[in-house]
Amino acid sequence: MERIPILRMGPFLLVTIQVDMHDRLALTLQDDLMTQIRDTSARGVLIDISALDMVDSFIGRMIGNIAAMARVLDAETVVTGMQPAVAITLVELGLSLPGVRTALDVERGMALLTQGRDPQGQRGRRAR
Amino acid sequence: MPDPARTRLPDILGRYQQEILDDWTRLQQENLTRRRDLISDQELKRQSTAFLQGIRSSATMDVDVRSAAWQPVRDLLGEISVSRARLGLSPSETATFVFSLKQPLFARLNRELGQDARALAEETWTATSLLDGLGLYTMEVYQKGRDEVIIRQQQELLELSTPVVQLWEGVLGLPLIGTLDSNRTQVVMESLLQQIVDTKAEVAIIDITGVPTVDTLVAQHLLKTVAAARLMGADCIISGIRPQIAQTIVHLGVELGDVVTKSSLADALTVALRRTGFVVTRTAPGEGGR
Repeated sequence: MERIPILRMGPFLLVTIQVDMHDRLALTLQDDLMTQIRDTSARGVLIDISALDMVDSFIGRMIGNIAAMARVLDAETVVTGMQPAVAITLVELGLSLPGVRTALDVERGMALLTQGRDPQGQRGRRAR
Repeated sequence: MPDPARTRLPDILGRYQQEILDDWTRLQQENLTRRRDLISDQELKRQSTAFLQGIRSSATMDVDVRSAAWQPVRDLLGEISVSRARLGLSPSETATFVFSLKQPLFARLNRELGQDARALAEETWTATSLLDGLGLYTMEVYQKGRDEVIIRQQQELLELSTPVVQLWEGVLGLPLIGTLDSNRTQVVMESLLQQIVDTKAEVAIIDITGVPTVDTLVAQHLLKTVAAARLMGADCIISGIRPQIAQTIVHLGVELGDVVTKSSLADALTVALRRTGFVVTRTAPGEGGR
């Protein structure tokens, strides 16, 4: 069965989505990721979606869910490289992913993760 | 509708062509007294002659102005309407071009058919419906021309008024001018997000100094833009909020959430520079100790 690889980088997990996301794949990823977080006691998860040029409400919700679940398991989620079209779609769908931190590319996403916990708690990237 | 073969209009038009033309141009010149500078007498005469000849030849074939036989006349009228609209004439002034033909034409009809009341009524009716149809057609063309201008201007406005400028390395500025509607928000959002990708900007400053009013809809559009930029990993600062707008926002109960807002673009730039790690210092103390 098709799976999205989850790479371990120190205390963080790295996921890059490079294929078209369909619902089953998304659910498998969600399962795998949670198991991995528990097994490796990861502190953060970075999901790179720069190759994703289309989302629907299900995938959008799923990204939000993964972030929320990871937070329960005490790991932070950063989503990186979202395409403009994807961002517009998500906003129009009313899914602005309030609990998810975002960054322009993987490099900045990693920097965000290594910087440590967001002092403001769940939302808000760097405070003003 | 009288039988087209029986209408004597072309016949009468042909016989009195010169007379009708003279009367008609004189009438038009009277009507256009204030606009004599815009249309020369020769031009008026040329248009009138062509129009009259067009009517004459088309009326021999059909009396329905929407039929194919009238295509040349309609084309000519369209051309005249467009040129007059461009000169800044009002639609009624343009339509008068057609309607003022009635008086000289009816006078000739009367002279020719005065004895036969039935024929006179019939021919008058034919002529009236013809000229009314043509007059309305000028209106239509005029309106269409205007609509095209409006649509083109809207399009131009949409493209012109949404520049995204790079203020500093990693800092984008988006000066918004004019009212934000859904269409514009879409364009603004798309160009901002594309610029964020292109320049790898971390902070975008949306300056709304030029936005006259902020109602719930505009605020919602702004928040959408901010949310989309945040999804891509860029922070937005909204600047240029005037005191009245701040009051309106609170009165309307608009929740701006944790979007950073600043009153001036300078303040916003300071925040943006601090966030991107730049420090601005003065190398020599300024004059006047400010």
